[in-house]
Amino acid sequence: MTDIQLLIDFGSTFTKVVAVDLERVEVLATSRVPSTVATDVTIGLEEALSRLSHNVRITDDVKSRALACSSAAGGLRIVCIGFVTELTSKAANLAALGAGGKVVAGYSYKLSDREIAEVESLAPDIVLLAGGTDGGDEETIIHNARKLARTCDAVKHIIVAGNKTAYDEIARVFSGTPKHVIYSRNVMPEIGVLDVAPCREEIRRIFMQNIVEAKGIAKARSLIRDIIMPTPSAVLEAAGLIARALGEVMVIDPGGATTDVHSIARGNPSRPDVIFTGLPEPYEKRTVEGDLGLKYNLDRLLELAKERLPVEFPKIAGSMTEGIPQTPEELFSRRQLARLMVEVATERHAGRLEAVYTPAGERLIQHGKDLTGVKSVIGTGGPIVFADRPREVLEGAAYSEARPFILKPREPRFYLDTEYILFAVGLLARSSPGKALELAQKYLKPI
Amino acid sequence: MKRTPTVITGTVGMDAHVIGTKVLSRALREAGFKVVELGMQVTADEFIRVAQETKADAILMSSLYGMAEQDLKDFNQKRLEAGLKDVLLYIGGNLVIGRADFKEVEKKFKALGFDRVYPPETDPEVGIADLIRDLKARGKM
Repeated sequence: MTDIQLLIDFGSTFTKVVAVDLERVEVLATSRVPSTVATDVTIGLEEALSRLSHNVRITDDVKSRALACSSAAGGLRIVCIGFVTELTSKAANLAALGAGGKVVAGYSYKLSDREIAEVESLAPDIVLLAGGTDGGDEETIIHNARKLARTCDAVKHIIVAGNKTAYDEIARVFSGTPKHVIYSRNVMPEIGVLDVAPCREEIRRIFMQNIVEAKGIAKARSLIRDIIMPTPSAVLEAAGLIARALGEVMVIDPGGATTDVHSIARGNPSRPDVIFTGLPEPYEKRTVEGDLGLKYNLDRLLELAKERLPVEFPKIAGSMTEGIPQTPEELFSRRQLARLMVEVATERHAGRLEAVYTPAGERLIQHGKDLTGVKSVIGTGGPIVFADRPREVLEGAAYSEARPFILKPREPRFYLDTEYILFAVGLLARSSPGKALELAQKYLKPI
Repeated sequence: MKRTPTVITGTVGMDAHVIGTKVLSRALREAGFKVVELGMQVTADEFIRVAQETKADAILMSSLYGMAEQDLKDFNQKRLEAGLKDVLLYIGGNLVIGRADFKEVEKKFKALGFDRVYPPETDPEVGIADLIRDLKARGKM
């Protein structure tokens, strides 16, 4: 008897299912159908499963063990609130992104009535409230907690991850309100120290216990075992697993609306003469570029192309189609834009060097993560996978002599996620890490 | 019980002379302060951000390379803007280029918003004694 594991991704556009033979560690079949989250999520799921059943025997037992992730219904929408923009606000932002969230807004300092009204109208799934190092400023986080306590029902789940000294007072502020408040560890307990992992776990827990329900995806639970994480979080989990075996890694995921970049790397300066400055960044870092999308942000992308690719631009703009590119010109245009997305998204994600001139001569200062030593770069998502020359697109993630101060990977190996296997690897990573890794090694195609 | 006073140390601007601020940080710790040690080459903006987030009671800057005046030109306006008018500001070292009468230097830096100004080679104990006196006067110790 084969040991079949189903892995599901409820995306906003497609519901994807991968059937894996765990014994032989092989993908038996995959299927992709339009998502039906708006009506009944199980309809799409049943359809995807029935398509699979042409190739795989799916028993009720197999179904009941299926694991899923989801980015449907707008993804996991988080509002981040901190005190100082470059410190606790940034730390909260890193924590939310690392948990697979979509940061719909970020605020710093004491919130005004107008800002709090904005938060209410955004109706986020989770509000992440940070502010103050432990023992540091209490005033701002308490002020912001008071404002949040008086918000309407659109604000429900609040994770407090700031100055622990303020927690007793914050608990008093929220007591008697219908808010669901979770107290996590401070995302920035001291200056220069980032502690985002506990907060990330809390976000994931709320996602599983509450958000899935609210988004109408929970109905799928009647068919499968559980929806255990947001999809971006599954991808990050997969990247983390791959890094443990193969060394530091990056994953680039350009899409229709945004481009995600994940790096699993320490990012310390690779040269002894470089001094690190600013907030340290997490070992597992995820960024989302909200303006880099091939479909919903095409106008802005074309603006960028005009600026960065002045020679190619007329050709790109002249042969950009809405549909599937077919002619060589259309393929060229699509490839150039996809590469630009990869290039710019990784530029923003990677650290950079800055030369400063001092009485003692020139010195180099590093902001962010040095990714020059990253060994593998994995490309996933339509714009790369369906490109006519995917390697060319993915090479946009590598170090460029033209921008020598941007610390991107110098000599990475490139891999392509042709089978959309990354989310499945991430879903399996905790229960069967060995098999998940084998799966990744088998199905990520070196290019 | 009063909160343990939090102080920030570091060399300002592009100054990399880190020994003085290290010695001072250790002495402050031994005297019972909570020390946020930023090390060398700390920008004026970073001192401000860190003071906000840690609700620091004092900032103790060092500078030996003579450029402190330029580095701190608009520091006072910035820190007032950032709501840090109650933070004590101390600075010590070779604060200007060339020979200068220390009285003049002191006057210059007091005009930039500093509460106390020290010449090079001041013992940490001197500054710490002043700090305790100033914090007590403000009811923070």
